[in-house]
Amino acid sequence: MAMEITQILLSAQALDARVRTEAEASLRQFQEQNLPAFLLSLSFELANNDKPIESRRLAGIILKNSLDAKDAARKNLLVQQWVGIEISVKSQIKELLLRTLGSSAHEAWHTSAQVIAKVASIEIPQKQWPELIGALLNNMTQRDQPASLKQATLETLGYVCEEISHQDLAQDEVNTVLTAVVQGMNLAEHSPEVRLAATRALCNALAFAQTNFDNEMERNYIMKVVCETAMSKEAEIRQAAFECLVSIASLYYELLEPYMQTLFELTSNAVKGDEEAVALQAIEFWSSICDEEIELQDYESPEVGESGAPHSCFIEKALSVLVPMLLETLLKQEEDQDQDDTVWNLSMAGGTCLGLVARTVGDAILPLVMPFVEENIKKPDWHCREAATYAFGSVLEGPTAEKLSPLVNAGLDFLLSLMKDENSHVRDTTAWTLSRVFELLDIISSENLQKVVIVLLESIRDASHIAEKVCGAIYFLAQGFEDSESSSLLSPYLMDMITGLLNTADRTDSSDSKLRSSAYETINEVVRCSNLAESSQIIVQLLPVIMNKLQQTLELQIMKSDDREKQGDLQASLCGVLQVIIQKLSSTDETRPAVVQFADQIMALFLSVFACHSSTVHEEAMLAIGALAYATGAEFLKYMPEFSKYLQMGLQNFEEYQVCSITVGVVGDICRALDDKILPFCDGIMELLLKDLQSDMLHQSVKPAIFSCFGDIALAIGEQFEKYVHHALPMMQQAAEICAQIDPSDEELMEYGYQLKRSIFEAYSGILQGFKDTKSELMLPYASHLLQFIELVCNDKQRDESVTKATVAVMGDLADALGSNTKLLFRDCVFYIDFLGECLQSDDEQLKETATWTQGMIGRVMVS
Amino acid sequence: MAPPDHRRPYKRPAISDQQRRRELSLLRQAQSRLDAQHRARCLASSVLSLENPEPDSVPELELESKPGEERSEAPPKEFDVRQASKLRGAEARKWFARQLMLPEWMIDVPDRLSQDWYVFARPAGKRCFVVSSNGAAVSRLRNGSILHRFPSALPSGARTRDVSGSAQSYSILDCIFHEPDQTYYAIDMLCWRGYSLYDCTAEFRFFWLNSKLAETGACEPPSQYHRYRFSLVPVYNCDHSGLHAAYTGAAPYVKDGLLFYNKEAHYQTGNTPLALVWKDENCSQYVIDTDSQGNVPKQQQVVLELQEDGKLTTSDDPPVVFGCLDGDFIQKSGLCLGNLLRFAIGDGGLSFVDGGLDKADLCYLGKSNRARAFADSYSKIVFQHMVRHSPLKIDDFLSSISSSVDQENQPRDVEMAG
Repeated sequence: MAMEITQILLSAQALDARVRTEAEASLRQFQEQNLPAFLLSLSFELANNDKPIESRRLAGIILKNSLDAKDAARKNLLVQQWVGIEISVKSQIKELLLRTLGSSAHEAWHTSAQVIAKVASIEIPQKQWPELIGALLNNMTQRDQPASLKQATLETLGYVCEEISHQDLAQDEVNTVLTAVVQGMNLAEHSPEVRLAATRALCNALAFAQTNFDNEMERNYIMKVVCETAMSKEAEIRQAAFECLVSIASLYYELLEPYMQTLFELTSNAVKGDEEAVALQAIEFWSSICDEEIELQDYESPEVGESGAPHSCFIEKALSVLVPMLLETLLKQEEDQDQDDTVWNLSMAGGTCLGLVARTVGDAILPLVMPFVEENIKKPDWHCREAATYAFGSVLEGPTAEKLSPLVNAGLDFLLSLMKDENSHVRDTTAWTLSRVFELLDIISSENLQKVVIVLLESIRDASHIAEKVCGAIYFLAQGFEDSESSSLLSPYLMDMITGLLNTADRTDSSDSKLRSSAYETINEVVRCSNLAESSQIIVQLLPVIMNKLQQTLELQIMKSDDREKQGDLQASLCGVLQVIIQKLSSTDETRPAVVQFADQIMALFLSVFACHSSTVHEEAMLAIGALAYATGAEFLKYMPEFSKYLQMGLQNFEEYQVCSITVGVVGDICRALDDKILPFCDGIMELLLKDLQSDMLHQSVKPAIFSCFGDIALAIGEQFEKYVHHALPMMQQAAEICAQIDPSDEELMEYGYQLKRSIFEAYSGILQGFKDTKSELMLPYASHLLQFIELVCNDKQRDESVTKATVAVMGDLADALGSNTKLLFRDCVFYIDFLGECLQSDDEQLKETATWTQGMIGRVMVS
Repeated sequence: MAPPDHRRPYKRPAISDQQRRRELSLLRQAQSRLDAQHRARCLASSVLSLENPEPDSVPELELESKPGEERSEAPPKEFDVRQASKLRGAEARKWFARQLMLPEWMIDVPDRLSQDWYVFARPAGKRCFVVSSNGAAVSRLRNGSILHRFPSALPSGARTRDVSGSAQSYSILDCIFHEPDQTYYAIDMLCWRGYSLYDCTAEFRFFWLNSKLAETGACEPPSQYHRYRFSLVPVYNCDHSGLHAAYTGAAPYVKDGLLFYNKEAHYQTGNTPLALVWKDENCSQYVIDTDSQGNVPKQQQVVLELQEDGKLTTSDDPPVVFGCLDGDFIQKSGLCLGNLLRFAIGDGGLSFVDGGLDKADLCYLGKSNRARAFADSYSKIVFQHMVRHSPLKIDDFLSSISSSVDQENQPRDVEMAG
């Protein structure tokens, strides 16, 4: 059954694209035609020590990808396929995988360990691979086996434990697995390689060890071994042990109290003296403790009382020692750390942790940090000045504004002067600190705004990594003027700010495009937060400038795919700016004509951007078109003939679901812009929307948007929606059933459920209102199901407020559109009376008003 | 070394404006969707599109535009609001004219006055309705012509307020503009922030009016973005004390009669017997109709509409026939179908049989003032007639209230006890 596939696997990694594509195609063909034989062949390849490591590695990767995928729908499909394979074939594959663990080739057994874990995740919960654990444990007790088998086995055990729950196994099996892993860490018995593998396996198995952690004796033992391992001779093993401690901190926070003294000593020694990789994990331990305590504080509510998880205040208790330790790390900067974005060193980890500590304890951190800041900020050594600024910037979130504002106000002039420091690290960190100040505190007034703007607009000409942070500072400075009351203050500087940002975007000294996109994004925020009445002139002038820049991107020389990508990025930034300008100007009747006069040219540009990228629809251009449709209203009709093909492409883009989602939203914009003139395009759109709903490949987050869009279409075309009722309504009912089955303990799924419920109601509302005058009887067959669904949603007392609003509205729509036909339905149910009562007592005016309207509608039905 | 996955490089807070753009777009779309659905929910949506400036923003009143055409142009009473939104000029005025609830004149005292009715003193002034939307408020008189266009603290009534809020949301108030203090007295609420109150009871509408209007700041003195003050009118239950308060109580405005509203009545446009108006010399300067010079004519004057067969009818639905013109006369005087004609009631007066009109002694005076949108209603003519001959007095209400109270208090089984 198995086939010789070595050559194809090697060809699939060939440099020659043609050879590669061909090999990939034949692999795919094999997979589609005979999956069992395909998987078996891959397993043979992986297990065969005589084969080249390249083909074995790829065989293993393909095997793994045949069992697991990130996307839930795809994963489900793969699992079903595996389950459907004949048992004898599966046994053979599993046998080969286990055999591979004994291979001397590291890559082979390493890949096999991962594949075994994937199979285990499917089969262990179904009790279909009972011999796995025994086989693995057996490997550990064989005396004559090579050390690499133990390494491979421990790694496999770690991966398997990560994939399954301890409840999938009998407790004695769980115990033997953990015993094997912990014994593997034993100094006396094993080589460093085995101990390292065992320590990493334990790290993966920590959640699996829940029962054992709940038992004090076993917990003491595990903690003792981990702490000992954290002092191993080998740095790598110490690092792995600290990684275990980091995991333990978040998994078993509430059990840590007895060990804290030991852990504090271990970690502070590591931070002070160990190698950087170990020290970073030691700092991460404290960051994790902060994460836990911040979460406990966020969810802390008086009602929870004793049932809530205990807050042990570890950070508060350790504060006076912890903070000085972290401040020390800030002085350990690297000379070139600002040049590389991905850098992570002691100083950064320490600052991160300091920020988390500030959020955990609030005001209490200030007396410990401020003396350090004052002492260091004027020292001649730049390390001191940078560390002082960084410390100050790190504690800006957490303490109260009452405590922080006086400090920041007093220090603002000095901070501004540091933007001219001779050292670029200091200027960089100062720019970052300023952006935090503007983001987190409200200290800008008409008195100090001018000097702030002057300094920022000077510094934006500094080195590109500094300029980028200055953009961030301007972004948050503008954001502070978001509400229309204060936005006037910004008006005098608007022109200079936009000019400065445009010049920054045009800079050519930066190797990547990050500065440019930061500059454009900052323009967006400045435009959004500007006072339209006072600055419409400037914004209107900006429009052709950006259009011109977008035009220039169309003329760029495209030599290689990299150029195409750069062009796409730049177009994304510019379309983003256009979208923001369009949305800003179309928010008032006075300024809307400024957009409309350019509408033809803008639309032509967007269509050209689409045409540049044949394979995909440009997301930002799509988003901007939605704004343009809103601005132009019915005039948008003339663009539809050319635009509709891109609309269709967007609706079919399953892979980039964001694009699909945005396109669905744009359909809604167009519906509202065109009203019933959208009718000629509806068949095509509805067909794709219905396909999207039926697809397993499309990310689920797009589906609520599609239901809302049904409502938009129905409202636009009114009775013409009739022909879609038979297709759309069953899907809405089906989605309602799905809502009914959502597990209320799954928070993430519940959130999705709320979106889905709201969108289904929006669909019903649109359809009911669209049919109201002429075709409401079409909805009669669906009324009872809808009302049941409404009842279901009403009975969920935890429901989100936006769901409540949509619910009460659709109930009114039902009564409004179907009139006396719903009298019996409403008479037979009582839930709505309480529900309306609940809504009428809400503090939300809008909700109260909707509820009043609905009450009136139902009242009218009942007296009819 | 790279930071842990969940800790992004701390010192580099990349601005994520794209996500913000997506979110803001979604927000705009959600708001627009909400607005669109609100609009659909609201019966009077056409009011919105009609408040755009039209050539007639100066009230030049031309209802009887071209002879012979008016009937065909006149929108039917149950006009679909979507069609109405396309009306312009005279048609729009006609349509708007039908959007107010017009109280009948009280010609007899309704039952259960104290239980089922409200009473309040009507401010003297121009009846109008005020629509606030898209950053402006517009008031229109009964004949549909625009009285004022002004910034107001009403919801969506000025450019300055809740810019982010729903631009399409709008509100409609039934008001009387009181010249002396330049104040709009709100007597009813038809729509509030996009929600129709047409189908709500008067009890609820008054409650809503009372609780909502002041919240907006519309009752504050005028300011830059709020040109006219709005004010509430005290509404009483129509019992002894309520009636007394409305009739004799001090009011900040000049009174022009009393209005009676049935508590259960929905807002019904056009003439309705569920709202009634009554006046006497104590509570109104204008009890008896005056002519254009402000003098009380010797004889009662009425305006009637000329129908197809020469019949002269009131504005009621169905119309009440008061008399008939012969074809020759119509031709000679150049009169057309639908013309509003002015008549004096001669010495013969009005005679009634079985509570209905039997005969009216009409003398033709001429065409009515062109600003008139409607003929007189039956109740108005009868009320004016009664005022001149045997008026309904405040005491009649009081005794009606007392007797109904007496009835309420009577033991039900009084006869059996006897």
